[in-house]
Amino acid sequence: MKEISIVSGKGGTGKTTISGALASLWKDKIMVDCDVDASNLHLLFNTVIKETHEFYSGLKAHLDIQMCSQCGECKKVCRFESINSHYVIDELLCVGCGACVLVCDTKAIKLHDNLAGYWFVSETPQGPLVHAALGIAEDNSGKLVAQIRMQSKEIAKRDKIKTIIIDGPPGIGCPVISAITGVDLVLVVTEPSLSGLHDLQRIVALVNNFNIECCVCVNKYDINEKLSEEINNICISKGIEVVGNIPFSSQILKVISSAQSCHSFFDKLPRDIKISIEKLQGLLFKKLTGL
Amino acid sequence: MQPIIAVASGKGGTGKTTFAVNLASSLEDNVVYFDADVEEPNGHIYFKPKITSEKDVLVMIPEVNSNLCTGCGQCSKVCKFNALIVLKSDLIVFPELCHGCGSCIIACSHNALREGSRAIGKVNMGSAGRIGFIEGRLREGEAKAPPVIKALHPLLTKEKIQVIDVSPGTSCPVIEGVRKSDFVVLVTEPTSFGLHDLDLAIKMVKRLGLPHGVVINRADAGNMEVETFCDQQNIPVLMRIPFDKKIFYLCSQGEILVSHVPGLKKAFIDCYTKIKTILKRRGFKHEGN
Repeated sequence: MKEISIVSGKGGTGKTTISGALASLWKDKIMVDCDVDASNLHLLFNTVIKETHEFYSGLKAHLDIQMCSQCGECKKVCRFESINSHYVIDELLCVGCGACVLVCDTKAIKLHDNLAGYWFVSETPQGPLVHAALGIAEDNSGKLVAQIRMQSKEIAKRDKIKTIIIDGPPGIGCPVISAITGVDLVLVVTEPSLSGLHDLQRIVALVNNFNIECCVCVNKYDINEKLSEEINNICISKGIEVVGNIPFSSQILKVISSAQSCHSFFDKLPRDIKISIEKLQGLLFKKLTGL
Repeated sequence: MQPIIAVASGKGGTGKTTFAVNLASSLEDNVVYFDADVEEPNGHIYFKPKITSEKDVLVMIPEVNSNLCTGCGQCSKVCKFNALIVLKSDLIVFPELCHGCGSCIIACSHNALREGSRAIGKVNMGSAGRIGFIEGRLREGEAKAPPVIKALHPLLTKEKIQVIDVSPGTSCPVIEGVRKSDFVVLVTEPTSFGLHDLDLAIKMVKRLGLPHGVVINRADAGNMEVETFCDQQNIPVLMRIPFDKKIFYLCSQGEILVSHVPGLKKAFIDCYTKIKTILKRRGFKHEGN
């Protein structure tokens, strides 16, 4: 079983569209949407949720005002500004550290388990998809990412599926680290903009930190061909293979929006995009099986 | 008093930074741009600011005095993040797991722990012409963005208009980015992806009780679902930016659009006027401008 993780640093470069298109071509795979904050991969397919699971993570403090002497010790020790002047704890800000509980003489504060979100096992015309919805303002998105990755591995093992395709989150923080640790190959989807280039360098630095094989694909390359060339050159100088240059199409937003209602959104993509993604898939497949 | 305007979006790459940078540039005077997308701060690419001061962002971590530590394990028992463990009576701290809450220090009855610190990022301050520029920057490999965003909070003032460029999503870094603001602009695109994530972002700002409005980028390139959604939910659409390959190209080059596209500056000022009107209705007291 091999895992490929698709990340970008910068948001909106086309991670999900490319993940979905690759998955449409890939035989014998399971998809995992690790952008648990704002998951979109399921919107590219006619997705039917088969299982829904609760995701508990961390703790939240609750203060019983009846038992509170309003001594103010809890407010003094809380470093997260989560207890207001009326001794109400704001669950959005509480990290569940329990420092307040330690200093409360009247035992007015208790910690309880926190329902932080849900995760799902779904069926799509392109095979199984594991995805999740993290609650608003929740911490620990990395833990939820780890949870759904573990689940996808179990399904892959059970059903003897050979490849796990991970659609990663944007950024370089905790969920991204969780979406790339231990994978066999990382594909960074970038775009020819100075922002894309800047973020590409930050995500590559992160991937290198973890000693994971990494390659790059330039999406919408013809928006700014000079910058695309520069990105290609920078990658070569760093020893990173550029495995694809995918053209831009103003049609793509319409294709995405009607994806759920058609049998295969890949078929609806403009021809030149299809060809470049087929080529990309071939290269990635070869790379992954050769590792 | 001047408003603090946060620019957020559920989905990444909808044009938050483009909007924030151009809004700040249209207002010209009396404005400070904050880059609170500390994982991938991009505002500097457009503003090319002159940075005049740099400050490390420090988070608290416990420091062990091994002469006083008895290895009793009280600290590791109270730590909810497994950041301390006792191995053969030696106390080991894992800085990456530590949330800096200080519970371990409270729990230690041997005075063996004291507050130390660790740098996880930077705050850079400077200016781009007449626009103030402040950015937070998380160090690569660090997992926790919120403390870097929090380090920006004390720098917010009420004397100038503040535009905060926030990270995508709806989790803790976004909350830290928007919660000190007076108004949240949610930038979206007219696709099923944009709509799905806008819905999440609206739930977030509603829960925080923050006034908000929507900006639709590439407004003519997708479908009408976002418009219908805003209409049904009674959410004001503050601005529609049409799809234009030239705009795309200018952004990719790190150009500020309002200096290149005729009429766009007026559209941004109109958008700001709409925000001011909404805030005024909510009882926000403006001075000047």
